[in-house]
Amino acid sequence: MSLAELEQVQTSTEVESSGGLLREAVTRLRRSPVAIIGAALITLFVLVALLAPVLAPHSPTAADLTKVRPGSVPGPSAAHWLGLDEQGRDELSRLIYGARWSLLIGIVSTTLGVTIGVILGTLAGGLAGWVDGVIMRLMDIMLAVPGLLFAIGLAALLGPSLKSVMIAIATVNVPIFARLLRASMLSQRGSDYALAARSLGVRRSRITLAHVLPNSLAPVIVQATLALATAIIDAAGLAFLGLGSADPSVPEWGRMLAESQNALNTSPQLAILPGLAITVSVLGFTLLGEALRESLDPKLRR
Amino acid sequence: MGKFVVRRLLLLVPILLGLSVLVFGYVRALPGGPADALLGERSTPEKKAQIEHLYGLDRPIYVQYGKFLERAVRLDFGTSITTQRPVSAEIRSRFPATVELSAAGLLFAVGGGIPLGYAAARRYQSWFDNASVVLSLLGISIPVFFLAFLLKYLFAVKLGWLPSVGRQDPALIADHPTGFYVLDGILTGNLAASVDAIRHLVLPGLALGSIPLAIITRITRASVLEVTNEDYVRTAESKGLTRRVITRRHVLRNAMLPVVTVIGLQTGLLLSGAVLTEIVFAWGGMGQFMYDAIFSRDFAVLQGGILFIAFVFVIVNLLVDLSYGFIDPRVRAR
Repeated sequence: MSLAELEQVQTSTEVESSGGLLREAVTRLRRSPVAIIGAALITLFVLVALLAPVLAPHSPTAADLTKVRPGSVPGPSAAHWLGLDEQGRDELSRLIYGARWSLLIGIVSTTLGVTIGVILGTLAGGLAGWVDGVIMRLMDIMLAVPGLLFAIGLAALLGPSLKSVMIAIATVNVPIFARLLRASMLSQRGSDYALAARSLGVRRSRITLAHVLPNSLAPVIVQATLALATAIIDAAGLAFLGLGSADPSVPEWGRMLAESQNALNTSPQLAILPGLAITVSVLGFTLLGEALRESLDPKLRR
Repeated sequence: MGKFVVRRLLLLVPILLGLSVLVFGYVRALPGGPADALLGERSTPEKKAQIEHLYGLDRPIYVQYGKFLERAVRLDFGTSITTQRPVSAEIRSRFPATVELSAAGLLFAVGGGIPLGYAAARRYQSWFDNASVVLSLLGISIPVFFLAFLLKYLFAVKLGWLPSVGRQDPALIADHPTGFYVLDGILTGNLAASVDAIRHLVLPGLALGSIPLAIITRITRASVLEVTNEDYVRTAESKGLTRRVITRRHVLRNAMLPVVTVIGLQTGLLLSGAVLTEIVFAWGGMGQFMYDAIFSRDFAVLQGGILFIAFVFVIVNLLVDLSYGFIDPRVRAR
């Protein structure tokens, strides 16, 4: 058998075994009630976000100040199921459109953070030596600032806009993923299959990219699901601080909650509803993330 | 142990230096530079040059960094453009409020989380255990400002049991030698002031502490479950040791290591969560100060505030790392 053939065999068994593990994980995931509830909540959240123009009974931005007086906001009625907000906008439509912004910010910022984190983590874990040292010290410095605070500082610097929020949250995620992937790659690098590939004379870059990296990604996938949850919470927190979109009519859940704080006595629903919307959508990703973690944990495999 | 402490302290140097570069670059990354940010719409090239000369911004960047570092070591973070007072003086007068709030949150989270997590692990897969898992998942999914809002609405606005805003009843006359209101009441012999300060602390403390409580409960539960199945616990049982001795000497001591790590990491969450909690409860600490700074684009305040909180976070985690040495003799040997 030639070296290339040997490598082929090695690669194919690798794929098969990882497929087996994956299948096993999926089977376990499908039996977990936590995963099912999480997936259901996420599906609901995504559907509401995608179908917002169809589902929303009114425009989320059309204000009608003739219907509201300070301190007196009309409650639920046949025309407005959840009543109006302080600007005379339909609350239900704003909540529905709010899902779009949350989902968009969550997905874009997490994808961006994971991508850069994975690139840096692969460089650090794959090249080792001084590259590893420089990247990891840089990540340590970024992690020395508490995450949300880092995002607040960055978003304030970039000025209030949705783009700033996404960049800020993505940046906070970078060191988390870089460190996680590096640690995972280091533990895989000493494994038997990596040793076998090396003894067959496979190039280091190929071992790293084709063997070690794919086998190190499981914790990254779990963390990405949980990072989506954190991204939605942090985006809401930034909007709550006035660091969201520069356009005040954009229905962001965090901003809706902040704006209705002063109406606590008369219309608490205006703050409670967006708060619940954030919590339920975040819960979906938390539940799925936890279930994923358990299904991929080799210690729990039976 | 001494060598371990020194080595850990030396590791701090590059982190702090890196942090200083990050924060130094922060204000200089502003569009138009710090001078434009300071002048706003009144900016003209002449005024800009004048300001840049006044603050040494026309000198080479390494000279500026040297000056910045020299001043940061003396805790001099410049002057707030809104209050015209030194940022360090502003931090000093507000930081006790944030520390008091964070300490209340941490006390609640650790004091509740460890016993709850332990109890859940001991009753593995009972209704109590399942409830603790569900509640802790809910706990990490709820935004801190929403929880703060719910508590304020329910217990202050609806039921009127506790005050809804501030740190002290405005009608109360009290001295504040330290700025920690609960402590001040005790020091000045004014117990009514202490009780009042505690009443004000309850809701914000609960709001801020609930999320770390959820996380600490989870970690304690998982950690105790793992340790309980270890061989050395079975050995201790077969030796005929009492349940209490096994719990204290073998289970808890080993299970505490990951819990202590998490507590250290939670202080970061507490300090940044305090920013959001303070706004809901009009707390008047660092968080509210920084919130106002965002709107007035007072970057000296944001810079000083972030650097200071990051510094506290780094020190807390240093203490956590050092405490491993005391809890786990294996760490010292490494």
